[in-house]
Amino acid sequence: MNFFTPNFPPYATAFEIAWYYAFRMICLAIFIFLIAPILVIIPLSFNAESFFSFTDGMLALKPEAYSLKWYRDIFANGMLDPNAPLSLDWLKDSWMRSQWMIALKNSLVIGVSATFVATILGTLASVGLSRPEMPFRGLINGILISPMIVPIVITATGMFFFFSQVGLAQTYLGLVFAHALLGTPFVVITVTATLTSFDRSLLRAAANLGANPLTTFFKVQMPLILPGVISGALFAFITSFDEVVVVLFLAEPDQRTIPRQMWSGLREQISPTILAVATILILLSLVLLISLEFTRRRMERLKIESFG
Amino acid sequence: MLSMTNIPDQKSLSRQLAVAERRNKIKAFVLVVPLLLFVLASFVLPIASLVWLGGYNDTFSKALPETTRLLQQWDAKSPISEELAASFVTELRAAKLKDAAVPTRVATVINREQAGSLSKIKQVLTASDMASPFKEHLIALNDEWAKPDIWHAMKIVAPSFTPRFYLQALDHRITADGTIVSETDDNAIQILLFSRTLMVAAIVTLLCAILGFPIAYIMAHAETKTSNMMLIVVLLPFWTSLLVRTTAWIALLQQNGVINDLLVRIGLIDNDHRLVMMYNMFATLVAMTHVLLPFMILPLFSVMKSIKGNLTRAALSLGATPWTAFWKVYFPQTIPGLGAGCLLVFILAVGYYITPALVGGQSGQLISNIIAFHMQKTLNWSLASAIGTLLLIGVLLLYWLYNRLVGIDKMKLA
Repeated sequence: MNFFTPNFPPYATAFEIAWYYAFRMICLAIFIFLIAPILVIIPLSFNAESFFSFTDGMLALKPEAYSLKWYRDIFANGMLDPNAPLSLDWLKDSWMRSQWMIALKNSLVIGVSATFVATILGTLASVGLSRPEMPFRGLINGILISPMIVPIVITATGMFFFFSQVGLAQTYLGLVFAHALLGTPFVVITVTATLTSFDRSLLRAAANLGANPLTTFFKVQMPLILPGVISGALFAFITSFDEVVVVLFLAEPDQRTIPRQMWSGLREQISPTILAVATILILLSLVLLISLEFTRRRMERLKIESFG
Repeated sequence: MLSMTNIPDQKSLSRQLAVAERRNKIKAFVLVVPLLLFVLASFVLPIASLVWLGGYNDTFSKALPETTRLLQQWDAKSPISEELAASFVTELRAAKLKDAAVPTRVATVINREQAGSLSKIKQVLTASDMASPFKEHLIALNDEWAKPDIWHAMKIVAPSFTPRFYLQALDHRITADGTIVSETDDNAIQILLFSRTLMVAAIVTLLCAILGFPIAYIMAHAETKTSNMMLIVVLLPFWTSLLVRTTAWIALLQQNGVINDLLVRIGLIDNDHRLVMMYNMFATLVAMTHVLLPFMILPLFSVMKSIKGNLTRAALSLGATPWTAFWKVYFPQTIPGLGAGCLLVFILAVGYYITPALVGGQSGQLISNIIAFHMQKTLNWSLASAIGTLLLIGVLLLYWLYNRLVGIDKMKLA
């Protein structure tokens, strides 16, 4: 049956036809519930006033009711001389001193390092876990996935106690370890899922042709599971990039990340700058979603090729 | 003859096979070891220290070891000995000389058992003429020292290993003579919070199931192109930062927010009677349902996609009404997906922290928020650990159940 222009069979009752449309209305309402809150933020971030709602001017589509000042504020907040003309010095000032820029740098440093650690350890473990001779697979898998299940407050509290004992609290290294830990379950899940469709006879073929295990891994297995590794790494990065509780518990006051900056913005001085940041983050997640879809399609193509 | 010579060969062959198999097992295990060690160091040990701290607090006994020993000998009924008073005063003052922060910490611990103790202990620390007989001097300083209450409090907090934090997390408390009594109604807040958390998790799970089921159904039964578009609508919130989604709900629900403005504009409500939808339980429920909905839709969708239509068609052709065909034939086949989604949403909801903290106000706080509150505000870390351990046990039980019913290796992302 066509989705939008249905051909009802002649025996369909009036109730069935009404239900057909009612069901689609219900689904539409739920889709609106899912997506509208995110879409509403985007126009609100161009508000010329410091409200979290639409002004009369915005509804009348008056150009003066819209502005980019909250986007400018992302760069300017915390600068020595925010009103200076736009120049290389202005950009340098912004990059060095703007609160959001400092937070961005922290988020990137922690996120990239944590992703690196999580991806390497997670991929290695997945290769081991997917070997048929792996002992205690269920138990080990359960332990490796548990950081995703245990409530984040409990993990953060435990880390605070333990990392204080070993001198990792309030350090970048401690934050990187903590975020890497939270990212590893995602890497393990995605890479193991990719490996289930990996044809293990390729490994034997490579060994048969004289390749040593390392060559086999890098030249045969790795290229085939790469899409899974990349999407695992993306998951790990987004986990770190969106993480606030561990940072609140473990970080020094000046180790601000983007989520922490948003958190304190939402709790203390609520300003539409947060909406501007949120809009940028929405665009970022759209980019990530598209790149994930891309790796997924590539993976499917590879699957077809390796079977064909 | 031939078989005779073969026997040792077969034996060595099977031995060689066993050796090779063991070597393969070790090889596979070695690949997992780095991550396992990492998880042990940055997750298992931290969690273990949390569980440990819920039952161990040496703030008092470390600063006042002799007093601790004497308090443990004291039967909590007879008047306190001069020896105990002397040891208490001298050890407290000695601790102050070493580190001025220690007596305050000790006093805070006592103060949690017996309100008002903090100021009395500070008096002892600042008093200039503290000499033998210490007991008389203490009573001269403040006649509260003659009463047993503060000494009882000290007897309770003195032992390093103590069940009192776990008891407190369950609204019970231990008295100086070692009996366990339940907390009075005014102080019994932990069980209330645990049950509130469970209820919120249950309501959110139910809402997610009700909202997620039609979406998963329409996605599973639409054409691939339409279905992919719908999937993006589901996945975009899933991928969007949690803080962004929470910000969105603040913008929508607050009193000067989008929804209230809209309702006033179309005249449904009066400008003076704007709805209070923010900083309460309602906001917590709405925002949590929104955040967790994709976790329900995705497993349901993947199960529904694998359901063949022929069973439902068979039911219809045998004369079942559409409702019967759905309820008796289609719906039972969705149970694995529904169960997986419900368990996952429930597990995630029970430990939720960020959304209730930002939009929940006073009435929308959950157990995780109380743990954070004790960690950051009251600094009662042992109580935070005890509550956290109880929550952890609950979550691990649910996780075990999920693993039994669904299988953790079935968990898929996107």
